[in-house]
Amino acid sequence: MHKLLTENPGQKMLLLGNEAIARGAIEAGVAVASTYPGTPSSEISLNFFQMSQESDLYFEYSTNEKVAMEVAAAAANSGVRSMCVMKHVGVNVAADALMTLAYVGVKGGMVVLTADDPYMFSSQNEQDNRFYAKLSGLPLLEPSSVEEAKEMISYAFEISEKLQEPVLFRTTTRINHSSAIVTLGEIKTPQTKGDFVKDPLNLVTVPAVSRKLHVKLLENIEKAKDLTESSAYNFIQGDGKWGIVCNGVSYNYASDAIKELDIADKVRLLRVGFSYPMPEKIIKSYLKACEKVLVIEEGEPYMEEQIKAFAQEEGLTLSIRGKAKDLFTRLYEYDPAQVRENIAKFFGMPYTPAAKPDLSDVPQVPQRPPTLCAGCSHRATYYAVKKAAEGLGTIYPTDIGCYTLGVLPPLSTADFLLCMGSSVGTGCGFSVSTDKKVISFIGDSTFFHSGIPGLVNAVFNNHNFTLIVLDNSTTAMTGHQPHPGVNMKDFNLTGYGRVSIENVVRAIGVPHVEIIKPYRVNKSIAAIKEAIDYEGVSVIISKEACTLYAQNLKKARGKPFYINEKCTDHRECVNQLACPAFYIEDERVHINADLCSGCAVCAQICPEKAIVPVRSKEKIKSS
Amino acid sequence: MQTTRLIIVAVGGQGNLLASKVLGEAALLADIPVRMSEIHGMAQRGGVVESAVVFGDAESTIISDGEADVLVGFEPSETLRALNRCNADTIVITNTAKLPPFTVSIGQGTYPDLNELQELIRQKTARLVAFDALALAKEAGNFMSLNMVLLGSLIQTGLMPVSADNVKQAIRTSTKKAFIDTNIKAFELGFEAAAKAG
Repeated sequence: MHKLLTENPGQKMLLLGNEAIARGAIEAGVAVASTYPGTPSSEISLNFFQMSQESDLYFEYSTNEKVAMEVAAAAANSGVRSMCVMKHVGVNVAADALMTLAYVGVKGGMVVLTADDPYMFSSQNEQDNRFYAKLSGLPLLEPSSVEEAKEMISYAFEISEKLQEPVLFRTTTRINHSSAIVTLGEIKTPQTKGDFVKDPLNLVTVPAVSRKLHVKLLENIEKAKDLTESSAYNFIQGDGKWGIVCNGVSYNYASDAIKELDIADKVRLLRVGFSYPMPEKIIKSYLKACEKVLVIEEGEPYMEEQIKAFAQEEGLTLSIRGKAKDLFTRLYEYDPAQVRENIAKFFGMPYTPAAKPDLSDVPQVPQRPPTLCAGCSHRATYYAVKKAAEGLGTIYPTDIGCYTLGVLPPLSTADFLLCMGSSVGTGCGFSVSTDKKVISFIGDSTFFHSGIPGLVNAVFNNHNFTLIVLDNSTTAMTGHQPHPGVNMKDFNLTGYGRVSIENVVRAIGVPHVEIIKPYRVNKSIAAIKEAIDYEGVSVIISKEACTLYAQNLKKARGKPFYINEKCTDHRECVNQLACPAFYIEDERVHINADLCSGCAVCAQICPEKAIVPVRSKEKIKSS
Repeated sequence: MQTTRLIIVAVGGQGNLLASKVLGEAALLADIPVRMSEIHGMAQRGGVVESAVVFGDAESTIISDGEADVLVGFEPSETLRALNRCNADTIVITNTAKLPPFTVSIGQGTYPDLNELQELIRQKTARLVAFDALALAKEAGNFMSLNMVLLGSLIQTGLMPVSADNVKQAIRTSTKKAFIDTNIKAFELGFEAAAKAG
């Protein structure tokens, strides 16, 4: 049985934040869950996916976040509890649905989880999604710890049902990817089927209906204000005069700092966990009890601005500060020492930070950036594209996935990136505004997510560029989730359809379509040449399974290769492919047989034909 | 109770996250408060994986630069890179078996000299325990049990609030069945190695 389905209230378990959230949803009786995977949220969905195979939970990997939102919205409008999970930028994709869903509302509870990523550990921006709550008018909850995240999910469903509105649940990476000891609660049996009652005058958002619904939304915000004032998730600790307001993980850093600075008797700390609407009455009376207030929140001055507005309404002139050159930054994530130091500074405490070692004489440690795996098919495709486009001025719009790692030399096959699907739309734009050859790269899952409309646009407007679909049969970057092109029978899962990328591309009417096997280097180069010579839209589908995934699934891998005595040290292999299986020892290139997947790409480009398959263990040693 | 802050750095695939999970499970068994965090977005793509384990009464799950009580490095150049997480009182444990990044192969950077590296760490911290953990993992029966070797050394130092028995029990419950014996042996070899290192 899946560990998160354990029926043993009171049992303690060490859980990752994302596991705790998934467990919280199960305890709350969630019936329908949907997602498009995205770090740092992915493990929530992975656990849902696994649990759905042995429980009544319906879970789906939706094609993109907007679809996920719509699936969950319909479920909640049928009266069942639903949840949709995405990373912060996923909410941008789903925002169209979300904004009007706030007007329509829900019947069963619905929780929308947004996993923000301060510092951009694995994201293209660090937008602060708390503003989506303000923008949409939906209640916002923010846990500070792994344990609280689990508890808060049940609460989120409750207030969603009370208000008949979806609730935004905002985490940050340090909640999702932290672990702590969590006490299991009771699992509520989910109501898996509801009913949809026709009510077009409240559910079909034509203008006349929406004008009415906006009034209802504003009324709901007023009701939410009552809830936030009485919420146990907004609390005050201490009765001093030094005000510290915090949320999310900044509460942890502030709590530790107060202990370490030994100022608990001086501080009055307000932790805001229900942060839209902000608890106006609580804050106004809190401000009156404080001499000065420091607002500690990662990201934008979301609370700070609201608190200052409340102070203005009350005619209060105490100092309220947060984001400032000499205090907290809007950049990146915070850490305990930074918070401790700023608290000491703001309240005029003597404070000497711990002495850091002098590292001026430590040599520069060589960088270890993440890289495409040994034998990754993307590397083979990139090599072939660069060969095929040799001598041409090129622009390589890229997209979001492992293949973005092609940005690093020597591959250097990523020139422009905005968001999921942007390789296609920006490819259209570059092709009309430059004379360079535009070659865009998109992954298979990203193609389904948001690449298709761009390609339709390209055909309709007759743009001149080549789109390379890097089809490795999985959503590799986020941990190998399935997508609509995957054959789910390979995983003994039934009840799924399958969509062929080739059929989609041909049906769109792309005039030049070719499929390549990227490990066949010369054939691939020839096919890509033809595609880039074609005037108009051309598509190359480069098909080869993700090597890491194939290895995880214990699929047979090729024999490793080694470099024999014919090698004259051209280093074409290392310098052009930069496969991590190569290493240099005694001034010679060697192949690490443990890493080599046997893709044979380097063997095909070696001018001396010196890279050959290992036939016996002896030869590995002699290499 | 007193707070103990541990940072583990490794290269993706070296089993850092499993090592911290075992420590967390051991803390659960010992009824000791524990919080951990990890950065592993690109773990499987050869990047650096860092985890932080905070035992005792603290709410934070991350550790600021210069504030680690103990640093465990699964790869020597990564241990050196993480020196900014240490202070003069930090105890450092490192594997000495190299895993050079591919940037070195393509001429972007030089791998630091191993003796110099150890000397630098010794100068700037309270104590360094350095040994070839990979050799001991292989001796235990599987190079993948490197993480358990280093856990053994970590526990031997007595700096962790969990006992060797807690950790061994956690290894039995949270590592794959087929590897339990190897992992226990690796743990014990690492424990002995740290004892010998004095």
